[in-house]
Amino acid sequence: MSAVDSHTAAPGGSARAAGIAMAIGRFLLIAITTYLGLLAVTFFIGRVIPIDPVLAVLGDRARADVVERTRREMGLDLPLIEQFYIYVKNALSGNFGTSVLTTNPVMVDIRRVFPATIELATVGTLIGTLIGVPLGVLAAVKRGSFIDQIVRVIGLVGYSVPIFWLGLLGLVLFYAKLQWVAFPGRLDIVYQYTFTPITGFYLLDAAWQGQWDVFRDALRHIILPAALLGYFSLAYISRMTRSFMLNELAQEYIVAARAKGLSETRIIWAHALRNAAVPLITVIALSYAGLLEGSVLTETVFAWPGIGLYITNSLQNADMNAVLGGTIIIGSVFIAINLLSDLLYQVLDPRTKSA
Amino acid sequence: MMMEKIALRSRLWMAGAAMSAVLVAALPAYAVTPADTLVEGFAIDDIISMDPAEAFEISTAEVTGNTYDLLVRLDLADTSKVKGDLAESWTVSDDGLTYTFKLKPGLKFASGNPLTAADVAWSFERVVKLDKGPAFILTQFGLTADNITEKAKAADDSTFVFTVDKAYAPSFVLNCLSATVGSVVDKKLVSEHLKAMTPSDDYKFDNDFGNEWLKTNSAGSGIYALREWRANEAVVLDRNENYHGEKGKLARVIYRHMKESSGQRLALEAGDIDVARNLEPNDLEAIAKNADIVTTSAPKGTVYYISLNQKNEKLAKPEVRQAFKYLVDYEAIGSTLIKGIGEIHQTFLPKGVLGELDENPFKLDVAKAKELLEKAGLKDGFSVTMDVRSSQPVTGIAESFQQTAGQAGIKIEIIPGDGKQTLTKYRARNHDIYIGQWGQDYFDPNSNAQTFASNPDNADTGKVATLAWRNAWDIPEMTKETEAALLEKDAAKRADMYKKLEKEGLETSPFVIIFQQIENAAIRSNLKGFKLGPSFDTNFVGTISKE
Repeated sequence: MSAVDSHTAAPGGSARAAGIAMAIGRFLLIAITTYLGLLAVTFFIGRVIPIDPVLAVLGDRARADVVERTRREMGLDLPLIEQFYIYVKNALSGNFGTSVLTTNPVMVDIRRVFPATIELATVGTLIGTLIGVPLGVLAAVKRGSFIDQIVRVIGLVGYSVPIFWLGLLGLVLFYAKLQWVAFPGRLDIVYQYTFTPITGFYLLDAAWQGQWDVFRDALRHIILPAALLGYFSLAYISRMTRSFMLNELAQEYIVAARAKGLSETRIIWAHALRNAAVPLITVIALSYAGLLEGSVLTETVFAWPGIGLYITNSLQNADMNAVLGGTIIIGSVFIAINLLSDLLYQVLDPRTKSA
Repeated sequence: MMMEKIALRSRLWMAGAAMSAVLVAALPAYAVTPADTLVEGFAIDDIISMDPAEAFEISTAEVTGNTYDLLVRLDLADTSKVKGDLAESWTVSDDGLTYTFKLKPGLKFASGNPLTAADVAWSFERVVKLDKGPAFILTQFGLTADNITEKAKAADDSTFVFTVDKAYAPSFVLNCLSATVGSVVDKKLVSEHLKAMTPSDDYKFDNDFGNEWLKTNSAGSGIYALREWRANEAVVLDRNENYHGEKGKLARVIYRHMKESSGQRLALEAGDIDVARNLEPNDLEAIAKNADIVTTSAPKGTVYYISLNQKNEKLAKPEVRQAFKYLVDYEAIGSTLIKGIGEIHQTFLPKGVLGELDENPFKLDVAKAKELLEKAGLKDGFSVTMDVRSSQPVTGIAESFQQTAGQAGIKIEIIPGDGKQTLTKYRARNHDIYIGQWGQDYFDPNSNAQTFASNPDNADTGKVATLAWRNAWDIPEMTKETEAALLEKDAAKRADMYKKLEKEGLETSPFVIIFQQIENAAIRSNLKGFKLGPSFDTNFVGTISKE
């Protein structure tokens, strides 16, 4: 098969649509089963951990009768199976209960903290992809060369050095010494009360409202943690790009393209990368989903109020509603991204076009 | 073709990204906080509720201490006494049962509503009826939901009358009223935010006394008012223009949630925060060299201890209990693990409290410990487990203890766990050895005496879960003495009674008390008037200004 004729081929019409519909159906089924499994696992983990959830509500000093009363109020005296039934019923209607710690409904909290993580993960993945893919291509093309070795080392370091250590190092250098970036949190104190976010994605909100000074400040805050996450995913993406590219470059159509006299640049970037891009999308999507889980360490180091920090803090305070709600939302996003990337795979893979 | 375009576009993107990186780099840093705003880096993730009827956490105490006023407050010049805050004066009846408080004239809440004795009475009523965690500080005076409107009532707009069930030591009653739970809440304002409730056996009232609203709002008369609390992000206070005393110097105070000591240090050095509140010993040391930063500290009423569960028959032997007290390397711990954040302290009453016994008789003495173990018939040592919360300095102390106890043949297996996890086990009395800390609930010797030296019912079903109970230490005599100290009117005599209890504790208790916490803060030197108080609710921010 050749990439040259693949983009002249007409879509396969109804057969292809049916294929996609089938795929969607299958994935919905998988998604639903996975989701139910997720609910069951989170529920039972929440109940078997040796932590008394009443402690979270009352703290250490409450009297025994107050503890008992609260236990009843929280429904913890009911049989386990009944608790599970109530839990699933509520979760299916999007009600994960109220966070003990923030006293808000868990969904409200997640709507507040998740955008911070999404924004960070998106910028991070952009950085990782925009640098990682070209690096991987370069390493594949110059296989075995000095450049290949350098890219390998860069990748290895990014993947193996603890991110909180890199984060602190980055802060010491770019924040404390050079003062290029800002810290802590998402915005400087001066803007905290002059700026009203709409979507919770500060960069978008600031640009939308034309508050360019806020935009700049938000950029200065996000750039270092995002670059770190980007570096982390770059490491993975560049390695995978390299191996996919090596695979493609060994194919016959490359020889054919060279024989046709196409320029090397065009062969690499337009032909080989295009075919390597198909599996690469899954890699990037998974790495993105990984970042969306909230990089707890990054968020802690940078005082970034995202979902990773939210869930960790809830966990430490035995705030089980928040932990379970957060886990389920992340799980759902994970499932959705998987589904999406598989669908994209179907769209981009030319083989699915001719049924 | 398409791919070429994409490739081209991605190159443009990269150029764009590089450009914006340069742009970001070229911007000047705003490394200074606004002149009228105090910004503190503070780990505020322990906050659960801002309602004084419910708040019991360390960071919350600081916020409520600045947003609410009390009838009486700790006298910072002599912390064994109190002085009037909202109350101008008070009298105690001859039978010791009735306390009459006269309020200062012209008091107002931050909302502008007048503050009267009716507000005080309602504040007490809601504490007792809501019956949350800290309610016992008031209900221990015989207050119940049925009698509270009689026991705490307004005689007129400026006179509040409080009746207790026994002739307690006045120092005890007044000290308790200086706790957060005695904060005076704006009845009129809160009444606009009541949530309807369905009365049940557990909760007999048709509204929540504004509890839900007050979790995230303030309705006090303190020097500042709560503008906003975003969990894990920030607490923001605005100056109360209606404050009855000298008003706050800065218009706004922001506590920014920062968990990491190193992050706090960097932000403090760069000037993005004015105060760093959670620096660890190594960061404190590093920061000492910086001329723009000064540090300050104050002992707090929290003691760290190792406790021995008396359900374990080996740990229950009196000689073994004493042996453990000689197996802690106090000196090494003091000079390394807790340097700057704690000082060695072996009695259960912290410094500054009435009746504190300033004696630290124990030091590491393996030979002496071995001798005691031999007397107990355990010459060859034994094995026990120890539940340890995974956080410093507790972990470090546990490891040091494991090593020194090993020298006497005691093999300690450390079971690490998350804080709530070890606590759950401890509360169920399922531990062998536990290492933890105890902070005073209110600034009175009874708070710690009651938990370390009384245990009214040692049965597993015992309702009063003091620390003595958690370690199954059955002490009917000491329990009686602790109760008697509550009724001693003469403050000096009362102090002596606690000293006797502390002595007994040193000699017999299953508590190896190691050190008392010191709270410290590193502040930028342009800040004036920053002072940490003797308790978490006396870290006042009103006096702070900037140059």
